[in-house]
Amino acid sequence: MNAPCTVRLPIFEGPLDLLLHLIKKNEVQITDIPIATITDQYLAMLEELPELNLDGAGEYLVMAATLMYIKSRMLLPGTGEDLEAEEDPRAELVQQLVEYQRFREVAVALGERKVLSRDVFAGPGEPMVPGADHDAPVRDASLADLLDALRDVLERIRPPRAHDIEREGLSIRECVARILAGFVVGPRREFASLFGPDADRAEVIVIFLALLELIRLRVVRARQAERFGAITLELAVGTVEEATERVRDLGQTEQWRGGEGQHGDGRARDR
Amino acid sequence: MVTAELVIGNKNENGNGNGAHAAPDGGGAVTPAEDLGRLPALAESLLFAAGRPVPLSQLIEALDGPSRAEVLGALEHLARTYEREGRGLRLVQVAGGWQLRTPAEHGPWVRRLLRERPPRLSRPTLETVAIVAYRQPCTRLEIEAVRGVDAEAVLTTLIERRLVRIVGRKEAPGRPLLYATTREFLEVFGLPDLNALPPLRDLGDGAALLAATEPEVAPEGVEVTRESPPPSAEDV
Repeated sequence: MNAPCTVRLPIFEGPLDLLLHLIKKNEVQITDIPIATITDQYLAMLEELPELNLDGAGEYLVMAATLMYIKSRMLLPGTGEDLEAEEDPRAELVQQLVEYQRFREVAVALGERKVLSRDVFAGPGEPMVPGADHDAPVRDASLADLLDALRDVLERIRPPRAHDIEREGLSIRECVARILAGFVVGPRREFASLFGPDADRAEVIVIFLALLELIRLRVVRARQAERFGAITLELAVGTVEEATERVRDLGQTEQWRGGEGQHGDGRARDR
Repeated sequence: MVTAELVIGNKNENGNGNGAHAAPDGGGAVTPAEDLGRLPALAESLLFAAGRPVPLSQLIEALDGPSRAEVLGALEHLARTYEREGRGLRLVQVAGGWQLRTPAEHGPWVRRLLRERPPRLSRPTLETVAIVAYRQPCTRLEIEAVRGVDAEAVLTTLIERRLVRIVGRKEAPGRPLLYATTREFLEVFGLPDLNALPPLRDLGDGAALLAATEPEVAPEGVEVTRESPPPSAEDV
């Protein structure tokens, strides 16, 4: 227990949240806010929130300025005779509050649903293998899909060993050859199968870059049956030989040699 | 006498059904004639093995024989049985498919067994995901306009939790990223599709001001059967 007279202030999720709180406390309609009262209370609340986190402080202050501006406009007499036609200075703020209120209610309704892994549970089930003859339409995986899959792989990586003995770095070129070699067994393979169980972070990234290169060169296609589903890689050309040939052709260009040792260069050519 | 007639009647029906629904390959297929009674149990096995929500079309395909109406009937029968007998599972429609889930009232025990910390859904999280769900695809700015606070951190969390994903860029100055909800969003909140989102309430006078942006929202329809996948962001 803390000091005897600890005051627990409600936590506000922003200026609109604070305003709605005040509107509710004063038992007034959103559409007819007593702007002077609310403005005063709002400013008083700001002073009472000394530990207002600094990131959000700006937003609260902007709202304070808006409130004071509206208050001043309300005090000014209307310029024309026709008061009906004149726009209520509160209109924009009201619209914002109504909008926020609507979503706040929906958010509560969502939170009260039977949430998976909180209120209700489903079995893990067996992974459904893509590429079987029945399937949801398979489409090309986008870069975002590939990055999602990469993130999964990186999350599974073990933490780096305490002391790493200097390790010969893999080149993209080597990885390209390695990926293609995997297709000798069959025209399809799982994205996840590219990464060995003890691949480290750097290795995973290099393999991933090699894959991107192969996709860019249209030698390999990444396919996915459903969002976040397993990504299947397939050879986009007839045979592995053809693929290797294509990669070799492109290997002559400067960009392929960039940043890689002659070592890797030669070895990839040998394959 | 009467009984006998009924049996004969059934047999005739079965005969007809057999002809109409015979599986193309005939091998190992479930024919509706003999096995209609087994269908709920079969569907149960499929759903148990799959774990995740399985679209009706995939169940029909896997069962290879029974008609759409028959499979649907079996699923509804199964759902009613779970409910009526107060069993430890419920059959629900989520994310464009059918899934076996534990009933909410058993949650505390399941949680204790799994020792899982339930996912925390804070107010900012729920509010932000709600805005994305109704306004998708939408930009960060649009979300911030509603909540009046910065949305970057919350969006990052939502993306990490796979409730929201980036679906592209808006063709507007600065080409801001567009966000939409995921299939997982539907699964987590137990929604059959986006139409099943709780309706946005009209708030008196404010409604007129907002009429222009009001999305069409159908009332919650858990019992409604939909075959098509949810009109989620996947098509964007």
